[in-house]
Amino acid sequence: MKVALLQGGRSLERGVSLRSGQRVTEALLDLGHQVDVMDLGPDLVGRLDSSRPDVAFIALHGTEGEDGTVQALLELLDIPYTGPGVAACKRCMDKSLAKYTLRENDIPTPDWVTYSEAAIRDFGAASTFAAAVEQVGLPLVAKPASQGSSLGVKVVTDLEQVPGALITALSYDDRALLESWVSGRELAVSVLGGETLPVVEAIPTESNAYDFEARYEIGAASFECPASLGEAETAEVERVALGAYEALGCSGFARVDVMLAEDGPQVLEVNAIPGLTETSLLPQAAEAAGLDFEAMVQKILDLSLDR
Amino acid sequence: MRSSAMRDMMAITARPEVISLAGGLPDTSTFPPEAFAAEMHRIEKTAVAEVLQYGPTEGSNLVREQIVEVMAAEDTRVDAMDITVTTGGQQAIDLITKVLIDPGDVIICDAPTYPGAIPTFCSYEADVRQIEMDSDGMRIDLLEETLETLEREGKRPKFIYSIPTFQNPGGVTLSLERRRRLVEIAREKEILVVEDNPYGLLRFEGEPLPTLYSLDGGNYVVYLGTFSKILSAGLRIGWLVTPTPIREKVVLGKQAADLCTSTLTQDFAGHFFQSGRWREYVAELVEIYRTRRDTMVNAMAEYFPHGATWNKPTGGLFIWATMPDVLSSQDLLAKALSRNVAFVPGPNAYVDGGGTSSMRLNFSGVKEDEIIEGIRRIGQVAREQLKLYETMTSTDEMRLPPSTPPEEDAS
Ligand SMILES: Nc1ncnc2c1ncn2[C@@H]1O[C@H](COP(=O)(O)OP(=O)(O)O)[C@@H](O)[C@H]1O
Ligand SMILES: Cc1ncc(COP(=O)(O)O)c(C=O)c1O
Ligand SMILES: [Mg+2]
Repeated sequence: MKVALLQGGRSLERGVSLRSGQRVTEALLDLGHQVDVMDLGPDLVGRLDSSRPDVAFIALHGTEGEDGTVQALLELLDIPYTGPGVAACKRCMDKSLAKYTLRENDIPTPDWVTYSEAAIRDFGAASTFAAAVEQVGLPLVAKPASQGSSLGVKVVTDLEQVPGALITALSYDDRALLESWVSGRELAVSVLGGETLPVVEAIPTESNAYDFEARYEIGAASFECPASLGEAETAEVERVALGAYEALGCSGFARVDVMLAEDGPQVLEVNAIPGLTETSLLPQAAEAAGLDFEAMVQKILDLSLDR
Repeated sequence: MRSSAMRDMMAITARPEVISLAGGLPDTSTFPPEAFAAEMHRIEKTAVAEVLQYGPTEGSNLVREQIVEVMAAEDTRVDAMDITVTTGGQQAIDLITKVLIDPGDVIICDAPTYPGAIPTFCSYEADVRQIEMDSDGMRIDLLEETLETLEREGKRPKFIYSIPTFQNPGGVTLSLERRRRLVEIAREKEILVVEDNPYGLLRFEGEPLPTLYSLDGGNYVVYLGTFSKILSAGLRIGWLVTPTPIREKVVLGKQAADLCTSTLTQDFAGHFFQSGRWREYVAELVEIYRTRRDTMVNAMAEYFPHGATWNKPTGGLFIWATMPDVLSSQDLLAKALSRNVAFVPGPNAYVDGGGTSSMRLNFSGVKEDEIIEGIRRIGQVAREQLKLYETMTSTDEMRLPPSTPPEEDAS
């Protein structure tokens, strides 16, 4: 098959994307496909149009690649692509919109409020911080509405820290969430073609927050797959994760980030295009399900074609 | 946020639309193509077999002789025999650390220090202690305090790593008095000083200061040099000047690392320096960089927010700027990247996450109009963040009931 592999882009996760892209390219070549590697740039549409690939493999993360922009373009060009469709990408990329959708579908997600930079700057929204903190409770997590890789995420333990944490979060997006902190185990449930793969648990090695470093650096956090969960627990986590995947309208694949608290799982977010690097969680989960990297990549391609 | 997050964010700076003030690149665009062609022609005629061959681990004699000349331009006399040619100054840092440091050994260095040295020191598991600088470079009073503290802990630093001239990233230069004192301390306490001097010849104004090596005579000072900033960073030629016992270990280390530095690039550089044309070339670079420094400083005065501070370096490639302390340079970088401009955030130059409001700005590798535009955008995001922060933190009053009843509107 002739595959256009899209990687790089302009998001802050460009570096991760380049690594995802490289790993996937190797797999595609090993599978005997013809691969045309493309970065996002002024020549993108021209190149896609002239090479007319059978399918586009999207190994992009963050804005433009994961938010529906590229997906919409591929629909216009009538080129099938991997991963969720335009609307699902949009819903996943916007953590606030995603959480409203989850709530509407009775999927548990922590309490939150959303602030836009404009509301704070122009409409005096800062005078509601105290009320917001009361509503979500402390500690809370401040994070940009659309960003990945834990960039711009800060834990707040005191009202006084809200402005600083929001400045950080708003450096990555023009909207930010204050979300209630969930203490518990950090789980990632990858879904491939509508079925859950074995649950991965991320066990932080040093600090309390599981940050970007741990996510992409081998050995900085330890991962357990399958996570050691009871049967009932596993079933509940999978039910909630699959519910989130469906509520947001995902297809192909996605990864659902879940905190498992005392009183059950809470969905933090759904990643429309999870990392596909050597150490990423979706490939780990697939491996645990008996699919090696190549087989996983082939399956992703197949899923994109029978949509 | 730690190193890999930074690295990944910095991946965007490779895109053509990004104005990167983050690099440490010399401007190689003015190197005369004829001079390049002439060297290549000479090689073609006389040295093909030789440059395609391995060379001695310590470096070619020609290059070592030329290094003696280059160092003499800074009034520093060395013996060619004490020189080991390395694959860039970066390898010199790596080799000296490899040779001298066992896990847990203490290295003292400037704060902030060369961001590229930190991963090297960390990879050998050194215990890095940084000494704050002021406008005269490393504060020797603080160095002495640290040495006392270490002595009480029963530790002796293995070496003091410093960039005394046009420091990267601080842009400052160690004063003559402090140079003397530093060398004295080294002698009294028998501690090695590693003097890293890539920028000494790139002086825009003022009188040159003696290198630490020349003040000490090479007893307690190890000297690191490079052609990267005065000729080409792509040729990858640097060097180390060390006393014999250390040199032998360095050569063994280099043998293990890469056998020898490229024979081809050594031949190219050796002959280029031998021709003497480098003096003129460096003088041209100094002109270009001085203008760019002025452009950057002027743009900062125009666009940076009130409360930001920076220095005006008298040489080198970098300006170190510090924003009002409510701003984090990492946050600022994220926002700046969305406007297609990059810089090095301060914490990259510290082992312990210091420098949170500071940034390193490079002026050598960027054309004037881009310097102005880059600084304008950084100033703009900084102002936006400050304004937002002020809006958020001044709202207490908004929530408090007015202390006196509002006055009746007279109209
Ligand atoms: N509400 C929360 N409670 C506890 N930890 C959280 C919460 N929100 C985020 N985190 C931590 O921050 C990380 C990143 O947050 P997440 O919402 O998944 O954003 P990203 O898109 O950056 O992955 C999570 O993996 C988790 O470790
Ligand atoms: C202080 C310092 N040392 C060493 C180097 C390494 O340079 P190179 O390896 O190109 O010689 C640099 C480069 O920026 C530097 O600033
Ligand atoms: Mg996540």
